[in-house]
Amino acid sequence: MAMAALRREGRRFATPLISPNPTNALRSSLIPSQEPVSSGVRCISTQVVRNRMKSVKNIQKITKAMKMVAASKLRAIQTKTENSRGLWQPFTALLGDTPSVDVKKNVIVTISSDKGLCGGINSTSVKISRAIHKLNSGPEKENKYVVLGEKAKAQLLRDSKKDIELIMTELQKNPLNYTQVSVIADDILKNVEFDALRIVYNKFQSVVAFLPTMSTVLSPEVVEREAEAGGKLGELDSYEVEGAETKAEVLQNLAEFQFSCVMFNAVLENACSEQGARMSAMDSSSRNAGDMLDRLTLTYNRTRQASITTELIEIISGASALEG
Amino acid sequence: MFRHGSRFLTRATTTMKWRRPFSTDLPAESVADSNFIEAWRKVVPNVEPPKTPSAFMAARPATPSSIPSKLTVNFVLPYSSELSGKEVDMVIIPATTGQMGVLPGHVATIAELKPGVLSVHEGNDVTKYFVSGGFAFVHANSFADIIAVEAVPLDRIDANLVQKGLAEFTQKLGTASTDVEKAEAQIGVDVHSALNAALTG
Repeated sequence: MAMAALRREGRRFATPLISPNPTNALRSSLIPSQEPVSSGVRCISTQVVRNRMKSVKNIQKITKAMKMVAASKLRAIQTKTENSRGLWQPFTALLGDTPSVDVKKNVIVTISSDKGLCGGINSTSVKISRAIHKLNSGPEKENKYVVLGEKAKAQLLRDSKKDIELIMTELQKNPLNYTQVSVIADDILKNVEFDALRIVYNKFQSVVAFLPTMSTVLSPEVVEREAEAGGKLGELDSYEVEGAETKAEVLQNLAEFQFSCVMFNAVLENACSEQGARMSAMDSSSRNAGDMLDRLTLTYNRTRQASITTELIEIISGASALEG
Repeated sequence: MFRHGSRFLTRATTTMKWRRPFSTDLPAESVADSNFIEAWRKVVPNVEPPKTPSAFMAARPATPSSIPSKLTVNFVLPYSSELSGKEVDMVIIPATTGQMGVLPGHVATIAELKPGVLSVHEGNDVTKYFVSGGFAFVHANSFADIIAVEAVPLDRIDANLVQKGLAEFTQKLGTASTDVEKAEAQIGVDVHSALNAALTG
């Protein structure tokens, strides 16, 4: 008796020194076997697991449905996008591709989606837009954002609110068409002063691959200046211009038309990438839900079986005790 | 070994000549692009530079020294590419200054289009489209790019509806009070009379 009391006292003094977690040590001394619940302990409620399984199953149903919707939308928009790819090529052939042009007023047109759950395409275009902003910033330079779509708006409002010139959302309420996009382009042209427009979007390559892309549209004055300075647009001077009275007028029309055409393709490409990204994101999340469901089912069955076994043992041992 | 020397020598020079006739013919694109990528890597090293449109486009050939026999035409609309890289004999473009026939070797031109008939001549076949307006670029290398907002083959136009539309817009033009209304009616009249002329003529 005295020995036992001494031992207990000794442990009380020693425990803070021996183990960093005294309560745990105490509990381990009181409850000798503390193993994972699955090994023959009845106390876990199968009800909790069953509820969890039900909710995971519902989530899986939703993500599967969203994947189906995205797939069917993707098919419709993909043909449209591929058909519109010819539209910007003549402009690039004529006016060249000028990402490195150095101008005063840069306007970055960031194209994003209105809805989420579509992977990283929106944050990619925001990241690229910020990088372009940083790349073109300097003394006596102005950088402005024009934001299309809810998601980029949410991200850009946080840190560059003062630079945002124009925000447009709900692009895709109706199926995209050229008229609608050219109205948007017209709005941008009317409300924003620019020397160069940088259109940032995700180009659709395949259902799982999107290429962040920047198209540059120069204002007519800059086109004329660059053409006179030679360099990449130097060839433009050799073209005969037919149409309006002056060359500047034609260049103005040309720049506006180019912007609407490039925008049309960009908006379609981004919408297509969005659907593709959503499809693959939803695919992987329904696969994840399936995996989780498998694991939960296994736990559930094991618990159930364990409780049955324990009950059987109790009955048998009770019976044998009566017999004996 | 040296017996073949002269042959190798001639071959080397001819292939080089074939690849680029003059030193000034170096492609200009790659230079500026690398500028952009370098600048990008300096400022934002942890983000990949975005692609630019030229990465997705086949480069156009340089201007050949002799005039080719065919004209390469790209005719694009927002919803489709009607002709892409098709080799034809001649196209007639409805420019704002009048009908413009384009043959191979045409001088480089930028032309605005007005509503009218675009005809593509290929041997004895003539395909006619009615285009609503847009732009046409003729390049020095006998490439022609035509961009239109809307185009339909001429045989799909209903003559009765054209007449009806023409009458309607002529009436509107008479009653228009504001400048905007007048301009809209004028556009309607122009398009319909061009359509009418295309169908009858």
